[in-house]
Amino acid sequence: MNIIDRRREGGKSLANRQRFIRRARALVRRAVREASAKRSIKDVEKGGDIVVPADGVREPVLRKGSVGGSREYVLPGNKKYIQGDTIARPEEDGGGTGASDGGEGEDDFRFALSDEEFLDLFLEDLELPDLAKRQVLGVEETQPVRAGYRSSGPPASLSVARTMRNSLSRRAALGRPRSEDIAAMEAEIARLDDIGGNDAKVAELREDLERKRKRMRLVPFIDPLDVRYRRYDQIPKPVARAVMFCLMDVSGSMDEHMKDLAKRFYSLLYLFLKRRYGKVEVVFIRHTHEAKEVDEETFFHSRESGGTVVSTALEEMARIIQDRFPASQWNIYGAQASDGDNLPMDNSTTINLLKTAILPLCQYYAYLEVGHAKDEGGGDATSLWRAYELVVGSDETMAMRKVSHRRDIYPVFRELFAKGGAKAEAS
Amino acid sequence: MTDDAITAKKRKSRIVQAPAAAPSALLFNGPDWNFETLGRIFEAVRQVGEGEIGLDPYRTQIEVITSEQMLDAYSSVGMPLFYKHWSFGKDFARNETLYRKGWQGLAYEIVINSDPCVCYIMEENSATMQTLVLAHAAMGHNHFFKNNYVFKQWTDASGIADYLSFAKSFIAKCEERYGLEAVERLIDAAHALQSHGIHRYPGKRSMDLRSEEIRERERRAHGEALFNDLWRTVPQGKGKKPATKKKLEEDRRKAILKLPEENILYFLEKTAPRLQGWQREILRIIRLIAQYFYPQRQTKMMNEGCATWTHHRIMTRLHEKGQISDGSYLEFLHSHTSVVMQPDFDDRRFSGINPYALGFAMMQDIERIALTPTDEDRSWFPDIAGNGDAYGTLKDVWANFRDESIVSQYLSPNLIRKLGLFQIKDDHDEEEMEVAAIHDERGYREVRRALARQYDVARRDADIQVIDVDLSGDRRLELRHHVVDGVTLEEKDADRVLQHLADLWGYEVRMVESDDNTVYAEHKAEPMRPFA
Repeated sequence: MNIIDRRREGGKSLANRQRFIRRARALVRRAVREASAKRSIKDVEKGGDIVVPADGVREPVLRKGSVGGSREYVLPGNKKYIQGDTIARPEEDGGGTGASDGGEGEDDFRFALSDEEFLDLFLEDLELPDLAKRQVLGVEETQPVRAGYRSSGPPASLSVARTMRNSLSRRAALGRPRSEDIAAMEAEIARLDDIGGNDAKVAELREDLERKRKRMRLVPFIDPLDVRYRRYDQIPKPVARAVMFCLMDVSGSMDEHMKDLAKRFYSLLYLFLKRRYGKVEVVFIRHTHEAKEVDEETFFHSRESGGTVVSTALEEMARIIQDRFPASQWNIYGAQASDGDNLPMDNSTTINLLKTAILPLCQYYAYLEVGHAKDEGGGDATSLWRAYELVVGSDETMAMRKVSHRRDIYPVFRELFAKGGAKAEAS
Repeated sequence: MTDDAITAKKRKSRIVQAPAAAPSALLFNGPDWNFETLGRIFEAVRQVGEGEIGLDPYRTQIEVITSEQMLDAYSSVGMPLFYKHWSFGKDFARNETLYRKGWQGLAYEIVINSDPCVCYIMEENSATMQTLVLAHAAMGHNHFFKNNYVFKQWTDASGIADYLSFAKSFIAKCEERYGLEAVERLIDAAHALQSHGIHRYPGKRSMDLRSEEIRERERRAHGEALFNDLWRTVPQGKGKKPATKKKLEEDRRKAILKLPEENILYFLEKTAPRLQGWQREILRIIRLIAQYFYPQRQTKMMNEGCATWTHHRIMTRLHEKGQISDGSYLEFLHSHTSVVMQPDFDDRRFSGINPYALGFAMMQDIERIALTPTDEDRSWFPDIAGNGDAYGTLKDVWANFRDESIVSQYLSPNLIRKLGLFQIKDDHDEEEMEVAAIHDERGYREVRRALARQYDVARRDADIQVIDVDLSGDRRLELRHHVVDGVTLEEKDADRVLQHLADLWGYEVRMVESDDNTVYAEHKAEPMRPFA
C-alpha cells in the first residue's frame, strides 16, 4: 500500500473551466450584464452566481424520450395498492423513475464566476479612446534587466557559478594538479617510507611531488581573470498611469438622485481605468460659482449653496494639471456631471476654456447630464448642453450623454467606450 | 439507525466462531489522523477484508486530496489524467456552485479501476470516515473490480493509466497542430455519440496461424465423421428463390462494411470517407474510454452493494475487536444509514431506487439465505439456501453476475416484501397507470423480472444501428432506431446528435425510428460544417 499526498498539487480543472467560459462567452457576457444591472455599483467588481440558459451549453446524446410509449417501473414502498389498481398519472415528471434522467429538467445552468472573470467579461470589448499616449510616455522610471556578464562590478553581483566555470577551465587547461592527487602521493611516499627499501622510487616520487606543488603555486585556484559579475542594463519602463478628474456641480439644484447617478458613472469609469492602467489617480473637483478640489467624502455628500459657474471648475482642472499632472506623463481623463445649469454669460468662457486648455491635454472628456425621468422628452436642451454641442461637433475627444435613470448608466457608459466608438452623436 | 444497530447486534451473537476479540488497542482516538494512522487503519481493514472475508483486491494506492481536487476529480469522471474539454469545465462549475452553496455534499472517496487501485480520500474526513472509506473503496470496490467478470472481460486495469496519459498528450498535440477549435468541435461530436460507441459483445479474437490450422483440421475431421454418401441421393427441395442481382449487391456491400453495426463511433472511425488520421484516432480514444466505463454502468448497484456490505462488515468486526470506539461506531452507523436510506415512492426525497440501498439489502439477504434460510428461501434458492458459507456465496455472486442478472437470480420474495416493491405499467394510450404486480405470491416473479429489465443496460439504451450506406452512390448513411414499446428518442437531442453525425460522416444522414410494424419518426441531417 502506498499513501501519496496530493494536496499540494492544486486543481487541474482551471483549464477546463476557462474553456467552458470561452465556449459560453456570449451567453455568459449577457448574463453578466444582466446580473450587474441588479447590483449596486460597489458590488459590480465582485464575482458571483451567473445563470445561463442550459440550451447554449447543451451536450446532446441519443436517449429515449420521456413521453409516449408504454413503460413500466418498479417502485419501492407500496402501502395500499393491490394488483389491478389504477393510479392517475402524475403531472409533473411523467411518472417516477423514468429510464432517462440524464439532465432533464435543467432549464438553466448556474455557476459561480470569480471576481476577475466577472470584471473581465463585464468590461469586455470596451476600450479606451486614444491609447497612443500610453506607449510614448514615461521615460522616468527604469528597470534593471539581466544582460550577460562583465569582468568588473560590485561584490554583490558576483556570479559564483560563472566564475567557477572559468576557473575550472583555466585550471584544466594549465594542468593544475588536484589537491587529492597530491594528498594521495604524500600518502604513497609515507607508505613506501614505512616499508623501506624502495629509495629510488621514493626519490622519484618526491621529485614529482615537488614539481606538482610548484605548479600548484603557479596556477592559482581562482585567478582575478576568472572573476565575472552579473551585468544589468537599465531599461526604461513605460509608465502607464492615468489621472481621472471628476467634476461635479454641487449647487442646490443637484439633488441626491442626480448625485447618485453621477457617482455610479464615476465608479464605472474608475473601475475601467484601473483595469487598463497600473496606477490611477482620482481628483475630485466640485463647483458652485467657485470650484474647489475636495476629497471623495466631501465630494459626494456635503452640500453647498451658490450659483453655477462651470468655467471655475475647468480653470481649477487646468491648474491642477499644470501643477501635478504634466500631460506628457499622464493620461488625463475628465468626467463632468451636471444638471445642465450654467450661468448663461459663462457659457462662452467655458467653451473657450474647454477648447484651448482642457481638450488638448485630455485623452477623453465625457460630459454626463443627469436629470429626472419626468424631465425626459420634456422641452429644451439645457444651456450647458447647447453650449457643449458646439464643442462636441468639432472635437473627437469629447462626448456627452443624458442619463435619467440608474439602469441607463451602464448602457451609456458602454456607448461611450464601445470599441470603434460611436462617438459624439448626441442622444 | 436503530434498525441497523439491531442487525449489528444480532450479528454479534451469530458470529461465535470468530476468534475471541484480543484486547487490541484502538486504532485511533478522536477525529484526527495522520499518515501513520492511515497506515494502521489500512492494515486493520485489510486484516478483516483479506484475512477474514477472504477478499482478493488489487494493490492499493491511497491518495490524499483536498475538497477542491475532489471537485476536479468529479468533473473528469474521476480519472486522475484526462484530456481537456469544456464540458468538464461545465461540470466543474456546476459542482463547485452546488458545493459552495451547500446543496450537495462531496463523496468521501473516489476509487479507480486500475492496478494498483487508486483511492482518493479527502483530507476533511474524520479518522472514522477514513476507516469507512478504506473499507468501502480499497476493499469492497477494489475486490469487485478485480474479480467481477464484466470488468475482467472489458477492462484492462493495468493499462488504463498509461492509455489515459497517451490520450491526454495526443489530444493536446492535436490542439497544438490543428487548433483548439477544430479539436473541440470533434470532441463535441464524439461525446454526443459516446453512448453509441460501445461494443456490447466481446469481439472475435483474431487467430494466429497455428490455431487456425488446428481448427481447420478439426473441421475436416468433423466433416469426415459425418460424411454419409446417402445424403447425396436425398431429393433437394425447391430451395430458395435465386436472389436478385440488386439484393446480392446489397448483401455484398453490407458484408464488406460489416453492417449492421451498432457501434457508431467504431463505424465512423473505420469507414467515414472524409476524416483524417488524427480525427479517427480521437474518435478511437473517446470510444475506448466509453468502453472502459461500460462495465461500471452495468454493475452500479452490485458494485455499491458489494462495497457497502464489505464496509459494514469490516466496521462491525473492527468494533467487535475493540479497534474502534463506540463513538466511532456510532458515527459510522449514522453515515451508513443515511447512505443506504431508501425513500418510498411517494416520499418527496424519492428519486429512483438507491443503488446503495438495494445493493446492500440484497447482499444481506443473500447472506441470510445462506446462513438461516426459511422454507420459502429453500424452495426459491435451493442451490444456496443454508449452505452455511455466506462469504463464499457472496464472492461467487460478485464474480459472476451483473445488476440485471443478480436481480433476476437472487431478488428474494422476502426482500420484495421488505421493500414493498411493486410494478407499474404506464401505457401512454391509457388514461391511467396500472399496478401490474405487487409483493404477493402472484407478483414476486413479475416484479423481479421487471426490476431486472429496469437494470438491463442494453434495454435502457436506445438500440440504434448503422444499417446501410451506398459508398458508390450518394453515400447517404442510413441508421435505424429499433423502437421498443413505442418509446422514441428525445427529438431535439436526436436531431442535434444527428447533425454531429452528419458532420463526421460528411454526407447526408438519415435515421428511421421504427419497430416491426410502425414507423414512428424519421430524422435527417445534412452536413453543415463537415470535418475534413
